[in-house]
Amino acid sequence: MSSAALAARIRKVHRGNAATPFLLDIQIEAPPGITILFGPSGAGKSTLLDCIAGLAQPNEGRIAVNGNVVFDSEKSVNLPPQQRHIAYVFQSLALFPHMTVEANVAYGLPHAPQHTSGERVSEILKMFRVEQLRHRKAREISGGEQQRVALARSLVTEPRVLLLDEPLTGLDTELKGSIIDDLRAWNAAHKLPILYVTHSREEVDALGDRVIAMEHGKIVSEGTPREVLDAPRRRRLAQAAGFENLLSGTVLDLREPDGVMRVRLAEATCEIEVPLGHAAPGDRVRVAIRAGDILLATEPPRALSARNILEGKIASIEHRGTLVVARVDSGVVFTVHVTPGAERALELTLGKKVWLVLKTHSCHFVEG
Amino acid sequence: MNIEALLLSIRLALCVSAILFLIGVPLAYWLAYSRWRGKFLLEAVVALPLVLPPTVLGFYMLLAMGPHGALGKLWYAAFGHGLAFTFEGLVIASVLYSLPFAVQPLVASFETVDRKLLDASAVLGAGSMRTFSRIILPLSVPGIITALVLSFAHTLGEFGVVLMVGGNLPGVTRTVSIDIYDRAQSLDYSGASRTALLLLVISFLVLSAVYGVNRRAGRRAWASWPLR
Repeated sequence: MSSAALAARIRKVHRGNAATPFLLDIQIEAPPGITILFGPSGAGKSTLLDCIAGLAQPNEGRIAVNGNVVFDSEKSVNLPPQQRHIAYVFQSLALFPHMTVEANVAYGLPHAPQHTSGERVSEILKMFRVEQLRHRKAREISGGEQQRVALARSLVTEPRVLLLDEPLTGLDTELKGSIIDDLRAWNAAHKLPILYVTHSREEVDALGDRVIAMEHGKIVSEGTPREVLDAPRRRRLAQAAGFENLLSGTVLDLREPDGVMRVRLAEATCEIEVPLGHAAPGDRVRVAIRAGDILLATEPPRALSARNILEGKIASIEHRGTLVVARVDSGVVFTVHVTPGAERALELTLGKKVWLVLKTHSCHFVEG
Repeated sequence: MNIEALLLSIRLALCVSAILFLIGVPLAYWLAYSRWRGKFLLEAVVALPLVLPPTVLGFYMLLAMGPHGALGKLWYAAFGHGLAFTFEGLVIASVLYSLPFAVQPLVASFETVDRKLLDASAVLGAGSMRTFSRIILPLSVPGIITALVLSFAHTLGEFGVVLMVGGNLPGVTRTVSIDIYDRAQSLDYSGASRTALLLLVISFLVLSAVYGVNRRAGRRAWASWPLR
């Protein structure tokens, strides 16, 4: 085994909510710093964290922290969560609702002498900017504050690993960013391996040093956020990564000098150019395009660098908060995101004739 | 009105509630968290007094407590006197009879404590005793109050079991419900109605106090009381 701060090899039959059981079969190594576990819900990410924390037991495997084995099925080692010194922040945060913020944070320090424990609690509350809340009940503070307190409660115990299961769900981007900055600042000094589970692309971009993409109990890719997100190899991962358009088509020809290939979409007549991938003419492929990467025009666009211009009609318009989701039928149906301002300026209505503009490099080739 | 009978009933109900709290809490903890497959059998046993006629339970208790019963012999060996028709015998029978009224609300409220809180406690290094005393118990206060009050009120009003194992000895086993029955039988309706009214008022006051306290705390006393 390598000297990585956290090394885990886990096999476990995973029984999700409704889906058929599948095998969680994962080997990961996490160095100090943030490692993101990314994948659709039901991929087994939380179960993996439960196994590492000792809340669930793998059928077989080995888990070691800084070289100390906390679980080994061959040697029948299975330390209880209390002895693993692995901090874990759940999605629900699980703050103790009947206790004050201060009591929550001090909960993991029962053996420390009163004054040191008090000092450590004050210090970490300050670090996460929630010191003024110390006498408030945990159930009375806001969502963002609860997230900060949950982080402080986990980290005050000076754990050897930090597991975070979608801890920032439901916060706006700015608040998320400021909490992530504080976490980074804390970890600059402590250099913990942090496993951060998320299915949000935005968080991957904001946090990313290393990303491990998981699906259906297996690792499907590993690397920097760009590498993992922009070359989605599998359909569900592509959707999780925010590619609203996943279109199947047939490769027509490869134009290697230009670094592109032409793909005919579905049974339709429309053809688009996508970056060259490992494919041969006649192969069935998928192309993933983010709804926000598609431009809409109400007149035939001219003199553009974009190579793919498709004609179509507006099939539906839906308003989601400040986002307008338009579906455009041009033989295949594309999902396009525009702003309400753009909707008004272009006077988008049902049935209106429009042109879709796709940059070649916004069209991502998906294997299989 | 028979003050002696009333005081005896209250003393019995207090003893029974206290004992039920002491055995009910660990029993309910086990029922709420054990993963043993045969758990349902014990759940059924605990719930038996809900459906069994008090006379049936009382009859078996009387046999067990009698001079030839196991419990009776044991008691005789330990204390030098029998158990049937004594206050102690009445306490033991009442504890069994009121067991589900204490255990079920406790189990229900332990079970409603979010499991993630227990996981969080374990990950923060707390053992099961600390988790129980710092997390489960404080979050189960409404259930505990419900269990205590139901044990008290149910024991206060019990009749069949008392009649079977306690008989009708003034100051020893003659509880208020027996007293009311006696008076009605001997056509002392005014005496019976005064005692009955008092029992009604006490029961009402106790229950409304519990509801009031729970309402103020923003909880419903019976919210954690599904009969299973």
